[in-house]
Amino acid sequence: MSGSVTITLRLNGEDVTATVPARESLVDFVRERMGLTGSHVGCAHGVCGACTVRVDGLSVRGCLMLAAQADGASVDTVEGLTDSGAMADLQDAFHRHNAVQCGFCTPGMLVTATELLDRGGPVPDRAAIRDHISGNYCRCTGYQAIVDAIQHVAIARAAAKEDAA
Amino acid sequence: MTLSSYDRPASYIGASVPRPNALRLLQGRGRFVDDKVLPRMVHAVFVRSPHAHARILFIDTAAARALPGVVAIYDGADMAKVITPWVGVLTHLSGMRSPPQPALAHGVTHWQGEPVVMVIAQSRALAEDAAALVDVDYDPLPAVCDMEAALAPDAPRIHPQLDSNLCWERKIEVGAVDAAFADPSATVVERRFLFGRHTGVSLEPRSVIGDYDPSEDRLTMHYSGQAPHMMQSVLSRHLGVPEARVRVVAEDVGGSFGIKIHTYGDEIAALAASKLLRRPVKFVADRLESFLSDIHARDHRITARAALDADGRLTAVEIDDVTGIGPYSVYPRSSGIEGNQVVNLIGAPYDLGAYRARLRVVFQNKTPMCQYRAVGHPIAMAVMEGLMDDLAAASGRDPADLRRINLRRDDSYPSASPQGLRFADLSHQACLEKLLVLMDYDALKAERDALRARGIHRGIGLVSMVEVTNPSPMFYGAGGAPIAAQDGATARLDASGAVHVSNSVTEQGQGTETILAQITADVMGVHLRDVHVTTGDTATVPYGGGTWASRGAGIGGEAMFQAARALRAQVLEVAGVILQAKPETLTLAGGQVVDTAGGAIRISLRDLARTVYYRGNELPSGLRPELIATRHYRVTDYPFVFTNGAMASYVEVDPETGIVTLLGHWVVEDVGTILNEKLVDEQIRGGVVQGIGAALFEECVYSDDGQLQNATMADYLVPMAAEMPDMVIAHVCTPTHTSELGAKGAGEAGTAGAPGAVMNAVNDALRPLGAATLSQMPMTPERILHALGTAR
Repeated sequence: MSGSVTITLRLNGEDVTATVPARESLVDFVRERMGLTGSHVGCAHGVCGACTVRVDGLSVRGCLMLAAQADGASVDTVEGLTDSGAMADLQDAFHRHNAVQCGFCTPGMLVTATELLDRGGPVPDRAAIRDHISGNYCRCTGYQAIVDAIQHVAIARAAAKEDAA
Repeated sequence: MTLSSYDRPASYIGASVPRPNALRLLQGRGRFVDDKVLPRMVHAVFVRSPHAHARILFIDTAAARALPGVVAIYDGADMAKVITPWVGVLTHLSGMRSPPQPALAHGVTHWQGEPVVMVIAQSRALAEDAAALVDVDYDPLPAVCDMEAALAPDAPRIHPQLDSNLCWERKIEVGAVDAAFADPSATVVERRFLFGRHTGVSLEPRSVIGDYDPSEDRLTMHYSGQAPHMMQSVLSRHLGVPEARVRVVAEDVGGSFGIKIHTYGDEIAALAASKLLRRPVKFVADRLESFLSDIHARDHRITARAALDADGRLTAVEIDDVTGIGPYSVYPRSSGIEGNQVVNLIGAPYDLGAYRARLRVVFQNKTPMCQYRAVGHPIAMAVMEGLMDDLAAASGRDPADLRRINLRRDDSYPSASPQGLRFADLSHQACLEKLLVLMDYDALKAERDALRARGIHRGIGLVSMVEVTNPSPMFYGAGGAPIAAQDGATARLDASGAVHVSNSVTEQGQGTETILAQITADVMGVHLRDVHVTTGDTATVPYGGGTWASRGAGIGGEAMFQAARALRAQVLEVAGVILQAKPETLTLAGGQVVDTAGGAIRISLRDLARTVYYRGNELPSGLRPELIATRHYRVTDYPFVFTNGAMASYVEVDPETGIVTLLGHWVVEDVGTILNEKLVDEQIRGGVVQGIGAALFEECVYSDDGQLQNATMADYLVPMAAEMPDMVIAHVCTPTHTSELGAKGAGEAGTAGAPGAVMNAVNDALRPLGAATLSQMPMTPERILHALGTAR
């Protein structure tokens, strides 16, 4: 219960080495040790999605992965994805569509939506967007504005790609 | 200089501007309670009762205390020495009773999940380890869980000092009810409704940090909630700290919906621990504790009857509502308001002459029940609108036609209901007509009928509704609760020409701070970015009630409007002196004082402020400029301001699986003056989805002995994106005459109407299949199959 592990990972583009309790979850590590409080703990059961972070490019539940398992990985949280500008268009669309109310689910929702948008391929329809974000609970918005915002970005990115081609 | 479109007078009120304070939430820069780390802070974890009702025989904490990192352990007896118990009754709900409630169970536990022991350690993980080592020995007592069984004369009494398990009873009798039902030409319908318990599931759990400073006897509560001044009073009363030395700070709140406005023993205990330990104590509920200890909602069993005369006019309604509230009436709002709203609001949209109701509010050994979003409304609307559809079917009328005949006429105000509710400035008929156009009712009916012939079972459900918003002191203050119904706003001009405002209403994501900024920018003729808003801190905002019962726009907004206008008058007075002009010839636009006629720029707000603050020697000595104004506002003449609307749901039911697919949802709502349509629409949409949750998914499932069976997010179903429909929102605007702005509340509508609309739609789909009328929420697939008689 009390064993500890030393881990080295790339966190939001910075190399970090830390000694953590073996039982500590990744989200507790980023929140409590690294001060990255943008990732939230809504259920600690892997259901609500508020803790979603990106590990080696994939969306991961920060409450279901141990910090120890992130040794050697590249981890991005909402703070890093904001600073890099990787999802600036999505954040802007969330803002304009009022796809954020209390904001507790928002960082996880953005990370999950970014995963869908970064896949490229055909523009997802509303049903596909709704399906993709169904592992992220939002209790305030009723989801429609979130779907609107993601769809807006998907269309805009596809149009930009077409213009570039 | 170039003036933007927002520099025109009156350009912000009504504009769908994005929320300035959403930007930091989008960047992970929110400031939720659990994000805060204070020096020397320790963490509280609770051992909770595993029994619904049990005597505590002994508590052994020796093993837990021996664990390194454990700072303190307290039980109910320890806490009783430093926290006085509370009683959750309101004196104007005559006859209501509830025994004193301790912060931690003391001697007897009364629900599964009641906090029994508090463990405080250097980290939450250590505190959880220690809590697992606390040994509590219980002697289980009979659990009284079924609300009707609890009323039996021989039922075990939850509180031996009371002569029964009845908390409160209210009866209403107006008009010739029996005669209406006895009329041989009347169409009479009767139905029994069952509404399960559900809960708020704010995504951020309840969270608190107590931070006591003994050097000044000051207690600070970092609060995830809606009513800071109410909590200030509660903490002072029960922790013995002078009210003025209690500071309650609510920064970002991750959803509340009424859940976080109540007094919770675990939170008060954490604050008491901070006082005892003289250092900060944090408590953040985990999700399991949230399900067991956040207030639950609804829980009604209602028998309802209605009579229609031969002309299709509603003549009488009779209601019997039994509602279970757990072992205590919740402090300080009481658990009587929910049932009271049900019996008050049933039939409110309709011109109804005769009404009889009996409400019984009953103690039981389950988690306490109290006010959650749209208190009582979804029950009242689902019952009344269910009866309307039954009456339509029984009398061979179209459901929309029957509502047209009976809805209060838009020119009939002011008027009153049999229950004594007073209505003004409503628009039921206009909302219904607009709704029917919006959804293309006739085409939808034709589609439904055509598909029925092909074995596809779709249904349409209508709801007409009222919502209680902008409450006056008649709600709580009149009943003795420390809950303000007035709110205050301050507006001041700083030396840079920017405007800083503070307001006692609070933000949980609705957009409160945005509409306050819009109102101020509009009145002061400044850009929205030059208005800076503070809410949620008792140390800095004017005294007021906070956010509940949809009062942010209507009450907080009106106070803001009046404060901004007072500041504007001050600015123009100073400008008149500086410019040697009459104030009435000047106005504000684009951050400047300009001539009303012609619009020539005379002086900027920045230069005016600098003159006042830095170079007062240039002003006549008789001028004593005040560039700050505070105004308070409360609703007078009415107990509250009713909002109204109409809603429709279109569903498909699969008779093989019992699964309901939501195909469409339409809402026409009259919130009076709209300050920001986008924010209003999103309040309605979010509310509709919470209402859909209640209708189809969400239920706190209990065993007979009071064990909550589904206290995880994997087992308690919250609506997800994939199963929710897109919602179409439209408005009718009838400003309230109780204020100058004319805004009414928008937060209750969706949740109030959606359950009834979906239930009516499901029954409309099931009716041709010969199914029994479904009258139990949530309408799970299993219950739908039962109604169809096909469940195995």
